[in-house]
Amino acid sequence: MAEKIIYAMYDDDDVLKDGAKKLVAKGVKVSEVFSPFPIHGIDPIIGVQNTRLGIMAFLYAITGTMLATIAMRYFMVTDWPMNIGGKPNNTYLDNILAFIPVTFEFTVLCAAHGMALTYFLRNKILPGLPASNPDPRTTDDRFVMEFRMSENSKFTEEELTSLIQTTGYVELDQKEVK
Amino acid sequence: MEFKVTKNANILTLTLIVVGLLFTGIGIATSMGDHNLNTRIAGNLLIDSFFFFGIGLGALFFLALQYATETGWYASVKRVIEAVSGFLPVGIILMAVTLLIITLQDGAHLYIWMDDEVVKNDEILQGKSTYLNKGFFWIRTIVYLSVYYIYYRGFRKRSLLEDTVGGTDIHFTNYKKAAVFLVFFAVFSSMQSWDWIMSVDAHWFSTLFGWYVFAGMWCTTMITLVTLTLYLKKNGYLPNVNESHIHDLGKWTFATSFLWSYLWFSQFMLIWYANIPEETTYHLTRIKDFKFLYFGMFLINFVFPMVLLMSRDAKRHAGILTFVGSIVLVGHWVDVYIMIMAGSMGEHAKIGFLEIGLLLAVLGIFLKTILRNLTKAPLTVVNHPFLDESIHHDI
Repeated sequence: MAEKIIYAMYDDDDVLKDGAKKLVAKGVKVSEVFSPFPIHGIDPIIGVQNTRLGIMAFLYAITGTMLATIAMRYFMVTDWPMNIGGKPNNTYLDNILAFIPVTFEFTVLCAAHGMALTYFLRNKILPGLPASNPDPRTTDDRFVMEFRMSENSKFTEEELTSLIQTTGYVELDQKEVK
Repeated sequence: MEFKVTKNANILTLTLIVVGLLFTGIGIATSMGDHNLNTRIAGNLLIDSFFFFGIGLGALFFLALQYATETGWYASVKRVIEAVSGFLPVGIILMAVTLLIITLQDGAHLYIWMDDEVVKNDEILQGKSTYLNKGFFWIRTIVYLSVYYIYYRGFRKRSLLEDTVGGTDIHFTNYKKAAVFLVFFAVFSSMQSWDWIMSVDAHWFSTLFGWYVFAGMWCTTMITLVTLTLYLKKNGYLPNVNESHIHDLGKWTFATSFLWSYLWFSQFMLIWYANIPEETTYHLTRIKDFKFLYFGMFLINFVFPMVLLMSRDAKRHAGILTFVGSIVLVGHWVDVYIMIMAGSMGEHAKIGFLEIGLLLAVLGIFLKTILRNLTKAPLTVVNHPFLDESIHHDI
């Protein structure tokens, strides 16, 4: 079934936020907001769940810590014990101070890269993929709210449009997708 | 809204001061005749004066940082920061009296470089005597303290003036003055820790030391600020402060305790790795006489905030913030205690009636001063240019 999507474009993030508040209070479901920068406080208004990226960051970081520890133990203690500055690395624990900076750096490296890649994959914005925003201007100075008719089945298209008209948009657009 | 000190708070601060002085008296009476007593009293005065002076100074620095960066979110808690920085005049008097008592006793075995008999037989101290001598030490001390006081008075005066006149002129004056203050502070905060604290271990030096002391100071300041804000909020003041402000203050607590741990570890690891005898002596004395306290306080000050304050919810939870804050505050006091006692008393140092008594007494004076400061001005600034931004602060 073909679905109808309505896009309302705004030129100010605060106007969009107030509009979203008003519409949600009337029972409209805003399915997505496109913006050139994060709009603080929009998530709870349109009902976006808290991000779980933090949990993933923690898991990536733990992975990094473990990899660094295992690798350094193998390089510096097991495979080829080295004597640096009169500190023989006969055991890992005796020389743990020297390994902490590397452990820390590798932890941060893994967490940062893991988070960035997860973010790209989750939002399907890897290089070369088609853009998912409805209008290129949302990467510049415009803000767009997206409404799907299937999620707003209690309104007719006219009712929804007239509701949106009270929120001070600058452009209204719609399209049909399969 | 005007703040009124509750009867309970008054009783609490008064009890703290009375019990503290009583304990101090008992402590002195029970160790009469001990030849270390003078050093112990002077050392404790230095620990507690510096610890609380540092909280006041940290608040002044934090305020200047907000001015210089033209931050918006803090406008709702500005008076809280000012109230804590308002301990500075008292802290300055405490520091000056303490240093005077130490100087009059020729260093009281705390600053051995003040003792001519010791310097006569010590080549290293002779080499340092152009910098470390009583005259120059007092010139520097007076310069630090008066610069801090002048800037504190200026910021406070302009802040109260802003409430009545408004406009942006005062904002831009603050912006410029704060930038200059930060330059002074960067130099002085390092130098004061060399003069007042590092010179207890007069033979030893570390270029990192100033930042390490400063980071500890900043962390205790942030804990004080977040706890005080939560206390006021709980009593129905500060209507503009929402969860996001608490979250920001919590983040600062988290970040500064990391900064402190980072600097502590940097100093420790570099000295451990280089393994030069004149440097390692600093940590060797601490490990010999204070092993449990030294590593215990590091673990508490590092692991506690890291594990408990990591999540977003914890930084917004009054109970967790207060719990972690109070423990880390004690941890940082122990840090200052070891900084001063290890170099002066060494194996004779102990935490008894005297230490706890003086800590409680100065804590009482500290709380009494900042609560009284809160009553002196409306708790919410009126004409701050970023007040609107702060009211709508949302993260």
